[in-house]
Amino acid sequence: MVGADEEISAADAPTIVELSADDVLRARTDAVANAGLGRKAEHLLEVRNLSTHFFTPDGVVQAVDDVSFDVGYGETLGLVGESGCGKSVSALSIARLVPDPPGRIVSGSILFDGIDVLKLSTEDMRKLRGKEIGFIFQDPLTSLNPTLTIGYQIGEAIKEHMGLSSKAARERITELLAKVGIPRPKDRLNDYPFQFSGGMRQRVMIAIALSCDPKLILADEPTTALDVTIQAQILELIQRLSSEFGTAVLLITHDLGIAAGMCDRVNVMYAGRIVETGTVDTLFENPRMPYAWGLLDSLPRIDDVRGDRLRTIEGMPPLLIAPPKACRFAPRCDYARDVCWNSEPELTPRAEPEHSARCWATEPDGWIG
Amino acid sequence: MTATVTPAAPKAPERAPHDPANLIEVDDLRVYFPIRSGIFKTEKGHVKAVDGTTFAVRRGETLGLVGESGCGKSTIGRAMIRLRDATGGSVRFDGVDLTTLDPGQLRKYRRRMQIIFQDPYGSLDPRMTVGSIIAEPIETHHLASGAAKDERISDLLRLVGLDPNYVKRYPHEFSGGQRQRIGVARALAVEPEFIVCDEPISALDVSIQAQVLNLLTDLRTRLGLTYLFVAHDLSVVKHISDRVAVMYLGKIVELGPPEQLYGAPGHPYTRALLSAVPVPDPVAERKRKRVILKGDVPSPVNPPPGCRFHTRCWLYERLGQPEDCRTIDPPLKMVADVPDHVAACHYADEALKTDVGIAHIDPNQVRRGTPASALASLVAEKGTAEQTPVLAAPAFADLPEPTGEVSATDAFSTEDPSSTDTPTDRVDPF
Repeated sequence: MVGADEEISAADAPTIVELSADDVLRARTDAVANAGLGRKAEHLLEVRNLSTHFFTPDGVVQAVDDVSFDVGYGETLGLVGESGCGKSVSALSIARLVPDPPGRIVSGSILFDGIDVLKLSTEDMRKLRGKEIGFIFQDPLTSLNPTLTIGYQIGEAIKEHMGLSSKAARERITELLAKVGIPRPKDRLNDYPFQFSGGMRQRVMIAIALSCDPKLILADEPTTALDVTIQAQILELIQRLSSEFGTAVLLITHDLGIAAGMCDRVNVMYAGRIVETGTVDTLFENPRMPYAWGLLDSLPRIDDVRGDRLRTIEGMPPLLIAPPKACRFAPRCDYARDVCWNSEPELTPRAEPEHSARCWATEPDGWIG
Repeated sequence: MTATVTPAAPKAPERAPHDPANLIEVDDLRVYFPIRSGIFKTEKGHVKAVDGTTFAVRRGETLGLVGESGCGKSTIGRAMIRLRDATGGSVRFDGVDLTTLDPGQLRKYRRRMQIIFQDPYGSLDPRMTVGSIIAEPIETHHLASGAAKDERISDLLRLVGLDPNYVKRYPHEFSGGQRQRIGVARALAVEPEFIVCDEPISALDVSIQAQVLNLLTDLRTRLGLTYLFVAHDLSVVKHISDRVAVMYLGKIVELGPPEQLYGAPGHPYTRALLSAVPVPDPVAERKRKRVILKGDVPSPVNPPPGCRFHTRCWLYERLGQPEDCRTIDPPLKMVADVPDHVAACHYADEALKTDVGIAHIDPNQVRRGTPASALASLVAEKGTAEQTPVLAAPAFADLPEPTGEVSATDAFSTEDPSSTDTPTDRVDPF
């Protein structure tokens, strides 16, 4: 609840590290509040000053650098950005799935439902994963085991985490498959992943993710490998099921259109940092960071009158080995001034509630009003 | 590959005479792939990837071809430049039927048509330098040698916005966007008239996509190229195309100018596609009337009888499952008396009465992005809001029998090679 915190403590909290009450979110997630008997914390997920680095022969890649954000109970938070901006590594860090070596979470804390994830033993972490946190990955073909039936793969998590008997598990699997819209679920339990189409496989993944009633789903580009009509089906399914079960979703996507349609709030990431955060309406209506402008400008849109040239963001994102103390977007920014090259801006509040940006130019005393 | 086998291919209707305004004319094109199984690899059936399509690409236009995976759009692109042999029908390039040419005759035409592939990682040989990748087509067609060839390679690299000093580098030293530029340079090396762009930006990041799209648009204007732009992204196709064709299961189901096709689509499938396209605008997203198509695309081995889309069609259900949808394959017919706009649906008029699929597409929507105040500050600071340095025109004069409409005077603008995509000349501490 980065933005919400700031609405309340904007006067004395220039950075997002401070925590405070969060009424805005609670109002938004009424449905969840009813089901939220097991609430142990203010937010379902509180990520503070998370840094995940990769130790490579070429140097230390600071893939995620001092990132803080919250996900409320039942909320859908979007992490958007281009390849290599750190959005996937953020999600992997939450699940402690960062490949080590070369990756390591070097600092920060991650509170999941009041539990400090980074302090859990490997065994306890394993219990959390799959049960409390479900996963939907981009490529259902490579994330499902080709040699096991889908019934077995869904049942694995159920038996492991919920302690159901084989018979009860079977019933639950059938029920789950029906929920995610797989026709004739009883007959298809014993089918292998290759017998399903891409969209159907992604449905199976969603069934696995939901199998133990998780509180949070990490969806990493869940529809990138799918056709547009199938993508619409899957997004609709995620949206419907997450509101039905009150599941929070951390949605990682490069597609701003998907973020606009699915999310309550959106974080824009660039070069390992969150550069802008806000409610979905604020962020798309009044973005306050030149990178966000560039992303929106460079997208051909279906509601455009047929366009001429697109305004583009020149150049490429910087290498994340030993980034200098400067705004990381400065080399590609049309508006950069000396201050941008000499010091890195903090993520500070903007005029609207829950809205922060990391940009000297759009600060209250900046040069772009 | 199966040119001799034409199973179930009905007699092609009399094809229209060659119209000089058309660069390419495709008549009742069919491309079938045999399914073989058993120890004798006997044919058990055919995947009808392209199953009877007729259309033309006009000189100097960009024809967008959209559809979902497996609908046959890439196969059409390849069959049009004869990278795949047609099972039936014909492809005429400048009035000459390519499907009947022998390899020697075909070679002359190969120079006039090129292709840019989707995967900038897989389509460049990792063992060849950039220079030799671009030199290959020049040598194959004996267009230049020695210093003239090197000069042309430098020109081509400059043309696509890369530093000519990169000739000795290998593909792995470049980013995806840069590799795609190399692919474009290779296609342009033989000065083609027609380029099939097969999902050229699908593998790239958003900001890099825009750079490559702008490059393709600039090159088309600059060199008078004709494109077939194959893509699955309807927004991109709308942006770049003069006309758009929508494919479903091996057939073109709708074809028209983008304003008509996206504004008043006549085919229910086009509407279903449009309804699924996300718009980066939460307000528009809430207005969306989503058509959720049932199930997956049917198998192209045994396409449904009648209209191929009727098994998943929302309009068919809404109209009470009319019989002709199941029995008669609808031909392309003019939609709402708009010339150039055709759709293959018996009930296109009914589709037009609804706002299904287009409710969230409002062309009067204010586009958000860079705010006006920021643009104004750019103008105040630099005197112009545009950053489009002018690039020197390439010297193509020494090419034998130059084709295309190269005008040496018009200023060609693209990204400045020294500031774009060039990790080596990053001027900053990064």
